[in-house]
Order: sequence, then C-alpha cells, then structure tokens
Amino acid sequence: MSATRRVNLVASAVLLFSMAGATATLYAIDHLRWEPAAQEALYVRSPKVLRRLSLGYTGLLADIYWTRAVQYFGEQHHAHSHDFRLLAPLLEVTTELDPKLLPAYQFGANFLAPKPPSGAGLPGAALALMQYGIEHNPDQWRLYYNLGFLYYTELKDYPKAADAFARGAKLPVTNPFMPILAAQMAQHAGEFDTARMLWFTTYQSTQEAQIRENAVQHLLALQVDEDVTRLEQVVEKYRQQTGKLPTSMGDLEGAGFIRGTPMDPKGHPYRLMPDGRIEVRDPESIFFITKGLPPGAEPPQPPQRAQAASK
Amino acid sequence: MNSGGMNSRIGYIAFNTFREAVRDRVLYNLIAFALLLSGAAILVGEISIDIERLVVVNLGLTAVSLFGVVIAIFIGIGLVSKEIDKRTLYTVLSRPVRRWEFVVGKFFGLTGTLVVNTFLMAIGVFVALLCVAHKFEKMDVWVLVALYFIVLQFLIVCALALFFSSFSTPLMSAVFTFALFVIGSLAEDLRGFARITQGAGGWLVKAVAYLVPNFSALNAISQAARGDPVPGRLILYNSVYALLYSAMAISGAVLIFQRRNLK
Repeated sequence: MSATRRVNLVASAVLLFSMAGATATLYAIDHLRWEPAAQEALYVRSPKVLRRLSLGYTGLLADIYWTRAVQYFGEQHHAHSHDFRLLAPLLEVTTELDPKLLPAYQFGANFLAPKPPSGAGLPGAALALMQYGIEHNPDQWRLYYNLGFLYYTELKDYPKAADAFARGAKLPVTNPFMPILAAQMAQHAGEFDTARMLWFTTYQSTQEAQIRENAVQHLLALQVDEDVTRLEQVVEKYRQQTGKLPTSMGDLEGAGFIRGTPMDPKGHPYRLMPDGRIEVRDPESIFFITKGLPPGAEPPQPPQRAQAASK
Repeated sequence: MNSGGMNSRIGYIAFNTFREAVRDRVLYNLIAFALLLSGAAILVGEISIDIERLVVVNLGLTAVSLFGVVIAIFIGIGLVSKEIDKRTLYTVLSRPVRRWEFVVGKFFGLTGTLVVNTFLMAIGVFVALLCVAHKFEKMDVWVLVALYFIVLQFLIVCALALFFSSFSTPLMSAVFTFALFVIGSLAEDLRGFARITQGAGGWLVKAVAYLVPNFSALNAISQAARGDPVPGRLILYNSVYALLYSAMAISGAVLIFQRRNLK
C-alpha cells in the first residue's frame, strides 16, 4: 500500500469516527444544557436596544424572536409546565421589532390567553398584544376577529366582543361572517350557534392545515356539548313526567322524546348513566369537550397542541 | 520515516507558523484589547453602579473571543494560499515533509498563536478584575472555565479555516468560516427548531443542526460573569466535542490537500 493511500485511509477513518463522535457528544451536551434553568433566559428585553443592535435588519431579528417564542411555548407546553414567564416579553420584543408580523398577534394571543397547561393564562397580556397589533395594522380584519374571539372565549365580555367584530365588519376587506358575529354577540343569544360560527369562520379563513384541523376538533366538541346538553334536558323532562330516571335510551325512545339511539360525532352511542347524566363512550377520542365527561375528568387535549398552534 | 522525525517536522512547521504570525504583528491586537478593557473598567466605574465586575468579565471575554475568532479566520484562510503564492510550499514539500504533516503543523501553529494570545488577554482580564473588585473571589474560577471554552472555540475555527482554505480562495474561505461561526453560535436555536419540525424537513434540519459546529455550548461568558457554576460534565463533553470536531475538519482538509494539484 502506498504512503498516500495509507494517509487517505487513515484520514477518512478519522473523519468518520470524529463525525460520529462529535454528533454523539453534541447529543450529550444538549441533554445537559437543555435543562429549564439553562434555557430560560432572555438577556435583552428592550426592543429599542435590540432594534439598534440589529443594524436595521429588524425583520430578520423579529422572525428569530418569533421562532424563539414558538419554541419556548412548545417546550413549556410539552413539559406540562405552568411557567410561561418569558412568553409575553418574547412576543413584545417580536412585535415591536416588526409590528406588521401578523402571525405573532394571531397565534401569540392564543398562546397567552388560555389557562395553563393549554396556554400561559395571561388574557390581559393577550389583550394588550392584540390592541398593539390593531393599532399598527388597523386594516386587518383578522386581528379584530381574534380580539373578539379573545373577549368571547377567555374574558366572557360579550359587549366588547361585539364591538371588536363590528369594527372588523366595517373594514373594506373583511369576512362576511363578521357582521353576523357582531349581531349574535350583541344579543348574546344561542351560545352554541355563536361558538360554531366562530370556529367555522376560523376554518374557512385559513389555509393552514393544523389550524383547520383544530377548528374541526372544536366543531366536533361543540356538537358533543350541544348533544349532551339537549339529552340531559330530555332526561330531566322524562323524570318530571314519570317521577323516575330512565334506565336506558330505550326508555326515552319509548316515551317519544328521542328517535333511535343518539350517536356522538365519532359514531359511538351516548351512554345514559344511572344518575341521569349523559357520557360519551370514549372521552379521549373527542378533544376539547366540556360535557359528557366522567365526573372530575379534565377536557381532553390533543397531543402537541403547541405545534397545532391551538387555533 | 520514524514517528520522532514526523513529530519534529510537524513541530517545526507549527513553530514557523507561530513565528510568522508574530512577525505579522498579530499580537498587536493586545494593545487594542488592553485599551478597551481598561477604558471600559474606568468608564463603567464612573457612570454605573455595581456592575463593574459584570462588565469587565462580559466585555473582556467577548473581546477575547471575537479578537481570537477574527485572528483565526484571517490567518487560517491564508495559511495554505500564502505558501502557494510565495512558492514556499514547494520548498517545504520538496523536503521530506508530507502534505498531511504540513496541514497538521499549520493547525498547531495557528492554535498555538491563539493560545498565547488568549493567555496574555486572560492576564489582562484578571488584572482588570482585580482593579475593579480589589480581590479575587471563588467564582472567578468560572472565568477560567469560560476562557478554556473560548480556546476550544478557537480550535474549531482554526480547523474550519484551514479546511476551507485547502480548496477555496482566501476570500471565500473567510466567508464560509465566518458564516459557520455565526450559524454555529445559533446552533441551539437550530436544533430546537429541528426538534419541532416534522417529516423529511425535520430530518434535514436535524442533520444540518448536528453537522454545523456548536459554538453556543462553548459560550459560557454570561454564566462566568454572573458567577454561575459550569457543570463538570459540560467541561468534559465540550473538550471531547471540540477535539473531535477539529479532528473531523483537519482530516477533511488533509483528504482534500492530498488530492490537490499544486502545479
């Protein structure tokens, strides 16, 4: 074997061995460093300082900070943490660096508002973020829609939700559902119908597959909540008429209250419990339901909701 | 050729590289460093409260790192091309010096230059620290660890600069090395992004994230300034990582340089 060939062989072996070794070591380093204390640091909180440090490349820096915010939320959510203290500052820095970065408002408010572990439980911060977004993007109907959504779902402030939808409805480019939502919100009538329209608007106003899937899950959950509410009212009527609780769905059908066995959206029959409550057969199969669950059970959440961006 | 001769040839090339760097007035950067550090220490002492130590450590170690990286890149990229331009490479290789010995010798010469430079700057950092704090504290040991990590960083940058200069022009080598330094400094964000990306794109990002040098783990400046301890295992892993990554880049440089037509 010639000397050159020998050198080539040794160098190739060293290259492969060191590449494999470096990757394995890096993997070990990641497991050392990705402990919460090492990750949770936001050294520069001032958007003004960052703006100067960016030398004018604020768009790129905003994109980096937005990615950091998404990662941070995903990490904390994945770890079932209730501590989201860096989320609001990260979003603040992002939107001040680039006030036109619409996803940061739309998703950011959804990360901030819901109670942990689904979100940070900071509806006030979400509200401030949306208002800042509208201030800098007054012609974007989606932001008014998100603001109305926030008032409706998290803050239960129906007049303000109606106002947000109404302001969005007046824009030159808007969604046809906005005036209807504003009217429904003002009347605060038909809770299920309103929620259904909100999720339907979310579904049809985006092409993002994960958001659409999330809207579908919410629509299915609404269907279950509405079915269970209606069936429990029927059970109550039966009890008032007969003086006893029905023992099966057949009793309700025999009394003429329902036709056939009622099914949930997944095709499973609803269960009538001995105490008159209605439960779904497989609570884990339908996410976000608030009714039809066993006593004390939490509404099931889809896995990796952070990635699905929750709205 | 026996191993003793090989070692002496590598040592000779390394020593000459170091001597050439010194002759090129590379160590003049120490003057700028000393002025920067003493100026900052005095200025911050005048206009701020209770952050003198933080500023001296943060500014001192950042300057050590950046000055070193700039030196590593700008000397590293010229190590091969300069020898070809001046035709001194042919003289060296016409003697019983193998091409791989030339590459390895150049690498040791450049890292040696940077180690000496870092050592002198480290003395400056500790003198400035003593001036502002009037005594050394137990937590100052983490400043030494951060300096050690910076030296590890230089090993990788030198190896990369040499790797690129083995097949590219000095300008392109500088661009490639600097780009990898920037990407490597954001490596943790890149791997975090890879972890939440699904499918084929996720695997691609993961592969890139593990292939680029991880400079972020080698940056313990903020911890050192705050006096936060650095885990012993991190020191071990970082040492192994820097050695392996440098070995990878140097063996790549050797493989390319072996095939290069120098006529």
